Amino acid sequence: MVLKVAPGAVVAVTRTMPYYLLALFLVLLSFNSKAAVLPAERADALYHSYSGGGIDITGPAVLVRKSVSDSVSLSAKHYVDTISSASIDVEVILGASTYEEERVENSFSIDLLNQKTLMSLGYTNSEENDFSADTVSFGISQDMFGDLTTVALSYAHGSNVVGETGDSSFSETSKFDSFNLSMTQVITKNLIMSGSFATVTDSGFLNNPYRKVRYLTSPTTFSLQDEEYPNTRTSNAVAFRARYFLPYRAALHAEYRLFKDSWGINGTNIEVGYTHPFLDDWIAEVHFRSYVQTQADFYSDLFPFVNAQNFMARDKELSTFNNSTIGFGISYEFAKGEGGTIDKASINFKYDYIQFNYENFRDARQTSFDAGTEPLYQFDATVMQLFLSVWF
Amino acid sequence: MPYKIIISLFILLSLSACNVEPWVKPYERANLADPIMSFSPDPLSQGYIHHVYQAREGARGAEGGSGGGCGCN
Repeated sequence: MVLKVAPGAVVAVTRTMPYYLLALFLVLLSFNSKAAVLPAERADALYHSYSGGGIDITGPAVLVRKSVSDSVSLSAKHYVDTISSASIDVEVILGASTYEEERVENSFSIDLLNQKTLMSLGYTNSEENDFSADTVSFGISQDMFGDLTTVALSYAHGSNVVGETGDSSFSETSKFDSFNLSMTQVITKNLIMSGSFATVTDSGFLNNPYRKVRYLTSPTTFSLQDEEYPNTRTSNAVAFRARYFLPYRAALHAEYRLFKDSWGINGTNIEVGYTHPFLDDWIAEVHFRSYVQTQADFYSDLFPFVNAQNFMARDKELSTFNNSTIGFGISYEFAKGEGGTIDKASINFKYDYIQFNYENFRDARQTSFDAGTEPLYQFDATVMQLFLSVWF
Repeated sequence: MPYKIIISLFILLSLSACNVEPWVKPYERANLADPIMSFSPDPLSQGYIHHVYQAREGARGAEGGSGGGCGCN
């Protein structure tokens, strides 16, 4: 099971968000703006590869979107993760071993255009041998103010069933609700910006049944026990993005996101990038991303004794750490304007190199060190995507 | 609390702008309509890379990519 940092529902937001959503919905209904348009008809076939920290994940993904009338668009997605893992988490708990598993995700959505409003309904199912997830979603968006502004609202509800390989009697559940609000705004004829806000609440069994925490058994040795998360979590995130068109047909983009949750995690990421078309049919893109977060309140790399707290975690995803990404992409467009059923097509390759640096998660595999003095963990990952896109 | 303020300001801004004349005319939006200006040019690829980060970071939400037009149509 790939770690899903899921989590606990706190009430404050569930009490306040519906008020704001209702208010904004009424605002939307009061406008008399021009109609939106359905998403473009296209098909994408992608092969993805992630390699880092002892984990290799590869697989195909396909997305097809087709309009069946002037006001109805359907889309379907099929996605597969084939996972081979000998990560630090697996090695510390199980010793040197590798496990393999597969995750299959299927989703369907329908978009309805009703003169002024674009609405969407979606359903996603994700299945692993020990994790099953179902998500339903609803979204509404509208262009307004002479089509300079697009406002979008969406809501999603997810239900998960958590199992444990090797223990058929283990079965837990969790659920989440997600509220999202975004606004995209044309600022000038060369600048467009957007702001997004998202609140997510989780409840139920939110930790990973395989993960352990470690605690001291003597001044130099440690042992392991099951981790224990709170059974609720609420998080808020706000993000701002911008794209700027340069005079010689190229684009700059930037992103800034702030994150905060009820577990005490504060996260920030920034991204900047540059897109440059060349030779009529080629587009190159480079980007840099930086992320930093503080630890969860109940995280510790090494607890002082067994059952030291009611909530305990040693997931590196909940520790204090940072990562940096540098990446590039290149696209080649072909079959443009040749008539027939295809409008254009492109072949694309993207590469990202990510470096993770943990500030209070130690490499407990290093048994030559006393407990708590092992080197801090770090690893590099490469992410590659090769995909074909066809517009029709 | 800051989130409440942001949303409140957003709604007030939306209301106050009901009668605003578009300051970027439709014939001035050629650059914005260029595919290189799209916030989500490749939804499948973008969804994948969001998944890569979500599985390895504590933060989640507001990733973008849910669309949003440039008023170019």
